[in-house]
Amino acid sequence: MSLNIIVLAKQVPDTRNVGKDAMKEDGTINRAALPAIFNPEDLNALEQALRLKETHPGSTVTLLTMGLPRAAEIVREAMYRGADKGIVLTDRALGGADTLATSYSLAQAVKKHGNYDLILGGRQAIDGDTAQVGPQIAEKLGLPQVTYAEEIIDVADGKITVKRRLEHGVETVKAPLPCVVTVNGSAAECRPRNAKRVMKYKRAASASEANGLSDSAKAFLAAHPELNIAEWGAAYVEADPEQIGLAGSPTKVKAIENVVFTAKESRRLENNDSQIEELIQELIANHTIG
Amino acid sequence: MANFYTDNADLKHHLHHPLMEKIVALRERNFTEAEKYDYAPTDYNDAMDNYERVLDIVGDICGNTIAGNAEAVDHQGASCSDGRAHYADATVENLDVCRKAGLMGMAMPRRFGGLNFPITPYIMAAEIVSRADTGFENLWGLQDCAETLYEFGNEEQRQKYIPRVCEGETMSMDLTEPDAGSDLQSVMLKATQKEDGTWVLNGVKRFITNGDSDIHLVLARSEEGTKDGRGLSMFIYDKRNGGVTVRRIENKMGIKGSPTCELVYKNAPAELCGNRRLGLIKYVMALMNGARLGIAAQSVGVSELAYREAHQYALERRQFGKAIIEFPAVSEMLATMKAKLDASRALLYECSRFVDMYKIYEDIARERSLTADERAEMKHYSRLADALTPLAKGLGSEYCNQNAYDCIQIHGGSGFMKDYACERLYRDARITSIYEGTTQLQVVAAIRYVTTGLYLDMMKSYAAEGFSGELEPLAERLAVLAGKYEAAVKKVSDANDQAYLDFNARRLVEMAGDIIMAYLLLVSAKTNESFVNTVKVYTRMIDAEVTRHCEFIDNCTTADLAAYGI
Repeated sequence: MSLNIIVLAKQVPDTRNVGKDAMKEDGTINRAALPAIFNPEDLNALEQALRLKETHPGSTVTLLTMGLPRAAEIVREAMYRGADKGIVLTDRALGGADTLATSYSLAQAVKKHGNYDLILGGRQAIDGDTAQVGPQIAEKLGLPQVTYAEEIIDVADGKITVKRRLEHGVETVKAPLPCVVTVNGSAAECRPRNAKRVMKYKRAASASEANGLSDSAKAFLAAHPELNIAEWGAAYVEADPEQIGLAGSPTKVKAIENVVFTAKESRRLENNDSQIEELIQELIANHTIG
Repeated sequence: MANFYTDNADLKHHLHHPLMEKIVALRERNFTEAEKYDYAPTDYNDAMDNYERVLDIVGDICGNTIAGNAEAVDHQGASCSDGRAHYADATVENLDVCRKAGLMGMAMPRRFGGLNFPITPYIMAAEIVSRADTGFENLWGLQDCAETLYEFGNEEQRQKYIPRVCEGETMSMDLTEPDAGSDLQSVMLKATQKEDGTWVLNGVKRFITNGDSDIHLVLARSEEGTKDGRGLSMFIYDKRNGGVTVRRIENKMGIKGSPTCELVYKNAPAELCGNRRLGLIKYVMALMNGARLGIAAQSVGVSELAYREAHQYALERRQFGKAIIEFPAVSEMLATMKAKLDASRALLYECSRFVDMYKIYEDIARERSLTADERAEMKHYSRLADALTPLAKGLGSEYCNQNAYDCIQIHGGSGFMKDYACERLYRDARITSIYEGTTQLQVVAAIRYVTTGLYLDMMKSYAAEGFSGELEPLAERLAVLAGKYEAAVKKVSDANDQAYLDFNARRLVEMAGDIIMAYLLLVSAKTNESFVNTVKVYTRMIDAEVTRHCEFIDNCTTADLAAYGI
């Protein structure tokens, strides 16, 4: 059976390579100083989708991302690796969203898209690290959810079998389709960009990107629908203005504090109860725990 | 996220050479394929953008997967059991990622599933792969056997085999035998034609790189009773048909991930490729020229890594209260390493562009007859490519060995340990000046361009480009060296003694190569300031080298050869 798979992805600042100017004075991220990348665990999710596409011929993988118009970059990135098409959900009204408003907006986009068997996403994004958006989308769509997925073992008879990576081991679960699966970083790495696909899909563009192109490039895009990246706004996905953007975000940042870690030199403890007991006493005494 | 393409601006410099505009337009037949293939470029800039994007993928894979696997591949190595060769686990992963990225069959035409890249960006990819894992470059780089299959096979064979290579099947060239190494005329593997016209192969091949590949090009004796190269033909053996087993693999000093196989052919079915009797004299010569360019690229990749490893270590290692790079003895070594690296790279890409020029014309000649001008241009570049290939392979591989040596030297005692990459690099480098023709054989191939004056003509044409500012005195110095070289060639030629010429051949070829590489750096420095320093260092270095060789020749007469047992 062929599957319609939606992969949720986010363009994030590359917080793994943080330099001196990564943070602004006020403690917020200096996005200009950090390259914008495909959120790593979303790439793991994309790989799972592409594997299903291989084992289920005729399947379609659609990348859905919410962000600035430039997030079309990660749609192309997904196309280079094997995704069929992509949607950028972008609108000024969606800005400043917390996880609640984000998951609402994305759920609206998924509903608008319709016709899906499986929604995949990374466990969490490296900018916020909340791991809330995937599960919230499942709740909003009334779908079952499988988190911490490491491998999709099988999809058959309307059911998905997933291996989950938990703190103390692995667990294999089955869920009915459609459902939401969030994928762990321990899952298989995403395949590389493919040379031919890069040469083809480098021309893919969203409507706002196409605005800046030459007439001949516009005509080329018009003649090649597969190269058009959809761009949807809040109204198009019929989102309630009260539930999106800043207005729909109950999370308010009260203050951001710059914390400088003052780590001292490491210490090595022997593997015995008395040393561990000593350490616990010390941590309680200096109020680290307790 | 490392990227071995984007972290090296010199690659982009060499890719964007003015001659590329012509190469690309010819290769793309004026961009007519764009209508048929959605990944074909529409114009020159689009094509260059494609090359850069694909090299970016190569750089990404190499920096983030293949380089990280190199140590594990070296430790595990390839193995042999049940008549088959087996790659190290990480080698399997490397091949898989290259296949998924669509990096096989890069230079093959689109109609067979290839990317239709010119040789130059393909060779650049080979250099990058070699920097990540020298031995893996062999496995990946054997895709250029498909070039020979394309050139000399019939259309049916092309359609049968080339798409498989583009899909990721590997190749090998089965040439060497226990008694036929450098002397391939002595090949004994027997090809017998059966009554139905098909062929079978029987015998043994040795030292076959990636000998358990999917598709083999095999040199075999098809003409019974013959003893020389004219009795040899080229065959295609398809592993799917069976008949060839791996008896053992060699336990090598380096490039351990690349299985070097001893093959036993027992009535192995094979297809004749091209015409009988042309196997060695035409096809294998073409195959070897392509392979030599590949080894030249592999050598530059090794030099690049050697320089980087040494430079990084010299920055970090502190002795006597400062980083060792601050000691002149170390910084001179590093500057010299960089100069040798830059020089061999400049030669590599000059050579690959010349190969592109004549090969593309050869290919166009398969579709239509060339005009007189085109034929003349093809011939011109063919000669230049033939002249530069042995220099790029011979001198580039010697430089990479020297750089690998100095890389360990800069690491000091630590470099002698297995803890640093330089130890592996030193072992991997060693084969580059041996296989696909030793440096001594490259000299044999190159000496005719010394005596016919082609190298001297090339020097003069580079000199004629004109240099100003701080490059002017360097150009003047190179003109003096070219004069010295000319005089040395004259002295050796005038002696009219073959043994005396053979004895001095390497000196003369090295001088020619040194001066040509210096000119190439000078040309690069004209448009790219970052080469100014390197051309200064290199010119000073080869000034001393050329002078040394001239002194040697001046002080050596035919009568002196006896002391060398000649």
